[in-house]
Amino acid sequence: MIDQLVQSKLVLLGEMGSGKTSLVQRFVRGQYYENQESTIGASFFTKAIPEKHVKFEIWDTAGQERYHSLAPMYYRGAAAAIVVYDVTHPASFDRAKKWVLELRQNVQNPNLIIALVGNKVDLAEDGARQVPEADARTYAAETGLLFFEASAKTNVNVAELFDEVADRLPRAAAPQQPAGGIQLSEQPTPVPAKSSCC
Amino acid sequence: MDEAYDAIVLGTGLKECIISGLLSVDGLKVLHIDRNNYYGGQSASLNLNQLFERFRPGQKPPAELGPSRDYNVDLVPKFIMANGNLVRVLVHTDVTKYLEFKAVDGSFVFNKARVEKVPATDWEALKSPLMGLFEKRRAAKFFSFCQQYDERNPQTWRNWDLSRMTMHELYGQFGLDVMTIDFIGHALALHQNDAYMMQPAMSTVQKIKLYYDSMMRYEGLTSPYIYPLYGLGELPQAFARLSAVYGGTYMLAKPDVEVVYGEDGAAVGVTSEGETAKAKFIVGDPTYFREKVRKTGQVVRAMCIMSHPIPSTNDSHSVQIILPQKQLNRRHDIYVFCCSYTHNVAPKDKYIAFVSTTVETADPAAELAPGLQLLGKVDEKFVEVVDVFEPLADGTADKAFISKGYDATSHFETEINDVLDMYQRITGKPLDLEKEDLRKRQETQ
Repeated sequence: MIDQLVQSKLVLLGEMGSGKTSLVQRFVRGQYYENQESTIGASFFTKAIPEKHVKFEIWDTAGQERYHSLAPMYYRGAAAAIVVYDVTHPASFDRAKKWVLELRQNVQNPNLIIALVGNKVDLAEDGARQVPEADARTYAAETGLLFFEASAKTNVNVAELFDEVADRLPRAAAPQQPAGGIQLSEQPTPVPAKSSCC
Repeated sequence: MDEAYDAIVLGTGLKECIISGLLSVDGLKVLHIDRNNYYGGQSASLNLNQLFERFRPGQKPPAELGPSRDYNVDLVPKFIMANGNLVRVLVHTDVTKYLEFKAVDGSFVFNKARVEKVPATDWEALKSPLMGLFEKRRAAKFFSFCQQYDERNPQTWRNWDLSRMTMHELYGQFGLDVMTIDFIGHALALHQNDAYMMQPAMSTVQKIKLYYDSMMRYEGLTSPYIYPLYGLGELPQAFARLSAVYGGTYMLAKPDVEVVYGEDGAAVGVTSEGETAKAKFIVGDPTYFREKVRKTGQVVRAMCIMSHPIPSTNDSHSVQIILPQKQLNRRHDIYVFCCSYTHNVAPKDKYIAFVSTTVETADPAAELAPGLQLLGKVDEKFVEVVDVFEPLADGTADKAFISKGYDATSHFETEINDVLDMYQRITGKPLDLEKEDLRKRQETQ
């Protein structure tokens, strides 16, 4: 029953190369690409979790985080945010903390759900870990964030992450389309007089 | 920034963002820079604090106006024709998925000191109080001719060659009187003055048809216009996102950015903070090319915050009223534009009204009086006079493709045509809007 799904905007944030797009690709398509190029061409995904009655509308940064040029539109109406860092890269963890602050400033929704995700845990086993799990977990608990360590590559905790976010979404979310909204891509309504436009 | 690009775009106004998006989609490597730390340039929408900073520096907005962030006040307010070229570009590029639009409630015209609904169709003409009984029938015949006119179907031509016949002659064929001609030319065809009367009728008939087709474009429209939630400032952001998604690089807050010219005078790149980026050509708004533009005039705009809809518009929450020049003994029309919290541009029960026109005298603010009179009581009023520039050359020689400034009209048709024209000058080919749109392309991948 598609019409019972609550549409929820979810935005991704995190330093370049922390694996934002890989996490989404894994979640949406069940795929992982080694050497994923910086995000080009597709930065908007939808994915439903029918058993949780949620349809995520996922916004990727499209590289606009690079020079701090994310537009206010990016944050507008967000119900959830996933802030990603790389567990082998301490600077990306510091950056993640700044993104959390920016989110709180830019998103008006007081019920915004933020999940902090330490990505690339598959590398941690090889001794490359630089951000201790306990540090991140403590920070997340103090700041009121969900917390996961995950790997898009080996598919660890990806489904769990999105499931948990879906569980935390307020159940009675307001309808997304306000009354009188227009779907622009809709075909023209047939009119009695023949109208052919060049 | 020390890199080579195919194109550098300066300024994140709507026109520049559309061009940037289209070029990135075409596969060009684009660098897009703005001197400000926000998107939109002249096409930004401001919150209340920003509005006061701009017009009343040092003054705090009164608390009764509500929260600052609930305001999205356009610097250049305009409505969008539902079947116009901007919508076609929005759909073609699939940028619509980032935006939400709502219909504009009403389109009105000022006639003999009264505000009346603009009749767009033959049956509306028959009901309109704008005309007497016999004139209604003549107008209905004229509308019916325009609605059915098809360039490719000679049976709709009535043996008239509209590429040669002037609009004045065509009106004459239907015996329309001066007042009827006035609202048709200005409130339907949206001409800013009467120069069109002596030009071939074709383009005006197409404009009237566009108005009619826009009314019919989506179910339940009561005007030909639509407008995005949260204000027009959303549009440049959406196209900037399109550009970024296709690989465009964005840098804001570069106040010292400057165009670099080669020995032959052609633009070769830009510099900022000691770094230089090269490109095959530069695109931008006139403020980045002071020596390459001329001033063509001035636009005066009043932005008003109100606690009620405009009287005599049937309590419309969003509305356009055109005051044709002839009614006011002016050379340019006055445009009134209003929208409200229902389009998320103001807090609950607040309305934003704009009055704008092309400046004709040394006292621009006074020129707006006939429009301001229609508004009733306003809570706050800000008036701005803006110079309008246009490029001296078409950019093909000096590789500097410059957009025109935004005019006084309250719709986008002139602006989007400038964009389509720039795109053609830059790429050497027209934008093919017939080509399958990007959404379909992505779905088939």
